[in-house]
Amino acid sequence: MALNIDLDLCTGCGACVAVCPFCALTQRAADGKVVVNEACTACGACVDVCPVGALSLETAEPATDAAASGAYRGFWVFAEQRAGRLQEVVFELLGKGRELADQLGVPLGAVLLGHEVQECGAALFEHGADRVYVVDHPALATYTAEPYAEAMSALIHKHKPEMVLAGATSMGRGFFARVAIQVHAGLTADCTELAVEPTQRQLWQTRPAFGGNIMATILCPDHRPQMATVRPKVFPQPVPQAGRTGEWIEEVLELKAPVVRVIETVNAMANEVNVAGAEFIVTGGRGLGNAENFKLMAELAEALGGAAVGASRAAVDAGWISSFHQVGQTGKTVRPKIYIACGVSGQIQHVVGMNSSDTIIAINKDPEAPIFAMADIGIVGDLFEVVPELIKALRQ
Amino acid sequence: MHIVVCVKQVPNTTQVRIDPETHTLVRDGVESVMNPFDENALEMALQLKEKHPGTQVTALTMGPPQAEAVLKEAVGRGADQVMLLCDQAFAGSDTWATSYALSRAISQMAPPPDLVLFGKQAIDGDTAQVGPGVADWLNLPCITYAYGIEIDGGMATVQRSFEDGYETLEVALPCALTVVKEANVPRMASLRGKMAARKLTIEPTTAAAIGADPDKIGLAASPTRVMKIFSPPPKTGGVMWQGEEPAAMARKLVEALRERQLI
Ligand SMILES: Cc1cc2nc3c(=O)[nH]c(=O)nc-3n(C[C@H](O)[C@H](O)[C@H](O)COP(=O)(O)OP(=O)(O)OC[C@H]3O[C@@H](n4cnc5c(N)ncnc54)[C@H](O)[C@@H]3O)c2cc1C
Ligand SMILES: Nc1ncnc2c1ncn2[C@@H]1O[C@H](COP(=O)(O)O)[C@@H](O)[C@H]1O
Repeated sequence: MALNIDLDLCTGCGACVAVCPFCALTQRAADGKVVVNEACTACGACVDVCPVGALSLETAEPATDAAASGAYRGFWVFAEQRAGRLQEVVFELLGKGRELADQLGVPLGAVLLGHEVQECGAALFEHGADRVYVVDHPALATYTAEPYAEAMSALIHKHKPEMVLAGATSMGRGFFARVAIQVHAGLTADCTELAVEPTQRQLWQTRPAFGGNIMATILCPDHRPQMATVRPKVFPQPVPQAGRTGEWIEEVLELKAPVVRVIETVNAMANEVNVAGAEFIVTGGRGLGNAENFKLMAELAEALGGAAVGASRAAVDAGWISSFHQVGQTGKTVRPKIYIACGVSGQIQHVVGMNSSDTIIAINKDPEAPIFAMADIGIVGDLFEVVPELIKALRQ
Repeated sequence: MHIVVCVKQVPNTTQVRIDPETHTLVRDGVESVMNPFDENALEMALQLKEKHPGTQVTALTMGPPQAEAVLKEAVGRGADQVMLLCDQAFAGSDTWATSYALSRAISQMAPPPDLVLFGKQAIDGDTAQVGPGVADWLNLPCITYAYGIEIDGGMATVQRSFEDGYETLEVALPCALTVVKEANVPRMASLRGKMAARKLTIEPTTAAAIGADPDKIGLAASPTRVMKIFSPPPKTGGVMWQGEEPAAMARKLVEALRERQLI
C-alpha cells in the first residue's frame, strides 16, 4: 500500500498537510503542490479530506502466503512469570484471549517459558487456557531477552498461531520486538483495545500514540502471526474456574546459552504497596510542593486502609519520591477502584496511565485543571485544607 | 571504542491533538525536537567518551531531510560523526522495516560499533521496539531500560530497571542498550559544538548506499498498517464541587464513596 498523489489534480490547498498525523506531507516551495516523505504510513487521513481527489491509496498488494493459506491457526498468550510467579497481566490477557479465541473458533494457548515453573500451569488453565506450551530450560531460569526470543520464535515457527499477545511490561516489550523480527511479523505496541474480525481473521489493535493525545487502530493484514503487546490493567481478570484443566505440552528446545548474565536483582518495592495492582491509589503531584508533604499522601493512604502512593512525573522529577511510584505514559498504568489525584494537573501523559480507574477523584485548587475533565468527583480547593479533613472524615 | 547512538526527530507530543470540531490534527506551533530519551542515550555515549579516551560517537537517524537538525544537535553536544538515512524508499517504514534499515546502516560502519544506544522509546510512536529490533538484525544482545553502564576490558556492567526493581547485568561487547531518563541529565550543546554543527553539511545516505534489500524497507515491507486515527473519547458524568468549606466537601466525598460501596 502506498500513497499516490496526482500532481495534475493537486491545487496546493494544503488541506491534507494539516490532517496528516505523521507530518508526512509537505508543500513544494515552487508551486505549493504536495509531496509525501518517509513518515507516511498510508493511514488515509489525507485521502478523505482532499477536495479534488488528488490523493489515493494503492492497495493492490498481494497477501503473503502465510496470511492467505490459512496455515496459521490458534490464539496465544505469553504467560510471563517472574521468580515462578505469574504476572497479573497474564490473567487479563487470558480473559480477553478467551473471548477472542471463541469468536475465531480456535483454542487458547498459553506459552510458559522458564525453569522449574510447572506449578504455574494450573492457574493458566483455570483462567481460560486450553493448552499450555511449556519450555523448561536452564537458559530461561532468569529472564534475558535473547533466549526468551529464541524459544518463543521456535514455538511460533512450529505451531503457527495466528495471533499472539504479551503484556506490555519490561519483559514483554523487551523481547517481543526480537520475536517480531525473527518470525517476520508485525507487532503493535502497548495496545489498549483489541477486537477480532472473524472472516478475514484480523486482529484490530487500538493503542495510544503521541503520548496519548491520539488513538490509532492498527492491522497486520498480510503477516502471521498478528502480534501485540497489551498494556497491563486495561482488561479485567476473568473469574478463575477451579479445577478447569487442559492440555500440557512440553516442548524440548535446544537453546543457546544466555549471553547476558544477571548478577543481581533488587526488588525496590518489597516494603511498599506497589501502585501497579493496588485497589486504592492516592497520587501526589507538583501541588504537594516538597518531599516532606508526601507524608500527607501516606497518611491519606493509611486512612483508606492501605492504599498505594502514586506520583506524577513532576513530583518524581523533583526528587520527592522514587520513580517506581510514577503513574503515566513513562510510569505505570493503573486501574484501581479509587484513584485520588491531589495537586495533579492531569496532563495527557499522566492521564493515559490512570484513566481506566473505576472512580477518579481530583483535588486541585485550579478549577480549570484538565484533571477535572477526567474526574468522577472533582473538588476545587487547597489540598492542604481538604486532605487533612478527608483523613479526619475517613477515620470517623 | 565506537559508539553509535540512534536518534529520532519527533514532534513535541504535549502539543499534538485532534481538533474536536474539524477532526484534523492541530499542527500550529508544534515544534520538532530530538526524542527526549535519545538525549539520554547520547549523553550516556558522551560520558563514556569522556571516560574512555579515543572513543568515537556516531549519531544515526532515519528520516526526512529536515531530520538533519537532530544530527546537528548531536554534533553540538559532542558527537563526532553523523549519518542521515534519507530516501523515498524508506517511506512508511514501521518498526520492523525501520529496524532493518538502521541495522543495515550500522553494519556498514567502520569500525563496527562496540556499543549501539537507543532511547527507551520514541515519544511519537511510543513503541520501544526499534532498539531490540535493530539488535536482533545485528545479532547483538540488547538490554532494555538501562540507566547505568561501566565498561572494562571488553565487558559491560549494566544497570537496568524493571517495574518493581533493578537488575545488574553483565555482557560482552558489542551490545545494544535502550536508555531511560533516569540515566543522566543531558548536556546542552557547547559553543564550540554549535560552531562545528553550523559548518557541517550532511549528505543523505540512500537505501542503495547501505545495500538495503528493497523488499525489506518502506511501507510495502511493513507488516503493520495504521487504519485510522482518532481522539480519545472524553469522559462524561463527573461532578465538581467548589466554594464549600473543605471539611464539608471532605465529608460529602466520604459519604459518596460509602454510598457507592467503594469503602
Ligand atoms: C515524554 C513524556 C512522558 C511523560 N510521562 C509522564 C508520566 O508517565 N506521568 C506523568 O505524570 N507525567 C508525565 N509527563 C509529564 C506531564 O506532561 C506533566 O508535566 C506532569 O504530569 C505534570 O505533573 P503535575 O500534574 O504534578 O504538575 P503540574 O502540571 O505542575 O500541576 C500541578 C497542579 O497542582 C495544583 N496545585 C498546586 N498547589 C495546590 C494546592 N495547594 N492544592 C491543590 N492543588 C494544587 C495546580 O493547580 C496544578 O494543577 C511526561 C511528559 C513527557 C514529555
Ligand atoms: N527513524 C529513526 N531513526 C533513528 N533512530 C530511531 C528511529 N526510530 C526509532 N529510533 C530509535 O529507537 C528508539 C525506540 O523507538 P520506537 O521503537 O519508535 O519507540 C528511539 O528512542 C531511537 O533511539
